[in-house]
Amino acid sequence: MTRKTRRLWLVIACVACLGTAATLVLRAFSSDIVFFVTPSQVAASPPPKDRTVKLGGMVVAGSVHRERHGETPVATFDVTDGQAAVSVHYEGILPDLFREGQSVVAIGTANSAHDFTASEVLAKHDETYMPKEVAEALKKSGKWDPRFGPPPSAASWNSMTVQDARKDMTAPAAAPAPAQTTTQPAP
Amino acid sequence: MSASPTLVARTGSFFHRYANPGRFLKLGARLQPWLTWPAIILTLTGLGWGLFFSPADWQQGDSVRIMYIHVPAAMLASGGYAGLAVCAVLSLVWRHPLADLAAVEIGPVGACITALCLATGSLWGKPMWGTWWVWDARLTSVLVLFFLYLGHITLIRAFDDPQRGYRAAAILALAGAVDLPIIKFSVQWWNTLHQPDSITLTGAPTMSSSMLWPLALSTLGISLGFAALVLARTRAAVMESRIQALLSSPRRNQGTAA
Repeated sequence: MTRKTRRLWLVIACVACLGTAATLVLRAFSSDIVFFVTPSQVAASPPPKDRTVKLGGMVVAGSVHRERHGETPVATFDVTDGQAAVSVHYEGILPDLFREGQSVVAIGTANSAHDFTASEVLAKHDETYMPKEVAEALKKSGKWDPRFGPPPSAASWNSMTVQDARKDMTAPAAAPAPAQTTTQPAP
Repeated sequence: MSASPTLVARTGSFFHRYANPGRFLKLGARLQPWLTWPAIILTLTGLGWGLFFSPADWQQGDSVRIMYIHVPAAMLASGGYAGLAVCAVLSLVWRHPLADLAAVEIGPVGACITALCLATGSLWGKPMWGTWWVWDARLTSVLVLFFLYLGHITLIRAFDDPQRGYRAAAILALAGAVDLPIIKFSVQWWNTLHQPDSITLTGAPTMSSSMLWPLALSTLGISLGFAALVLARTRAAVMESRIQALLSSPRRNQGTAA
């Protein structure tokens, strides 16, 4: 074994040891590294009332109630992970991206298993990037409602919207019907 | 094990062909314009397309355009550190002199691009998430990467004997490489505020092609620019060390004394 080979194995061994150590540490602290807890975790074991918790999940469609108490806007909405829902109460201005169906992280305290008071609400957006026109076309054609989940796969956007555009173009020529009826797709 | 010494020797001789400074300078001078000009053209095209002609996102609006700088910067922050780790192996195992010089030069460029990634990410986070900074796994691991770069820059210049600095910095670069998979997979292993990757090796991109193309161009352009900067700096360092050697050579000292 030459000196270079020995050095190579030494380097490989050191990196392997270090990698293993890092993996073990990260596994051990996994529950502390997560940025937020899910509603089902809160429902299963409600955290102590004096502890600040970050609650992450999707805003349930139709659950948002906005009011004004004097100058401050007050919002109540449900956050779900699909298994449990927690009702969040928040005084303050919600971020621009906040909407029904959006993922949010509410920072605050849990009053009970299903009741949460937030001092701060962050909007979390997903990894989908979609032009406005495509989103409008998908929503209009009824193929996607942002309130009820993620959009269809990006590969299908083009074919879907092009089909709709063709339908829009050919339909009025074939039968001069009102625009509203032609844009409604056959189920 | 029986094949490994020859493999190690062969790899070593392949890299040592370019350890000759003269050969490296010749190759570098020929390579430089092929990196610099495509880098400038592709970056300007990609950024111009992304900033002015690509569509706005349906929910993020025009803020999405930060992506065309942020994503290439983030990729190169990790990529640059991977380059440092490769240089570290070449330096520790094969004692390759150019690997040390390249490591000296990659550090500052990588630190700058990591700072750019953090700054643009922060500027993007405020309007979208509602916060400049959170301590989630992705953001924290990239901040750690930035500090690793700073540590490397300091360590490699900290010794009077440069060889000791090269050795210490190479060990730091290798140890710090543990952070790279953590950055990459942080958004999958733990729940984070940062969204998962839109572009993956295995799945189709979750991005409209009208945004993907300018992003691909600017990523390619900025990557080539990174390589061009590192190459130019390494060439300058080799020339500088040659001039130093000439200036301190005994013949010249005799000449000035006479």
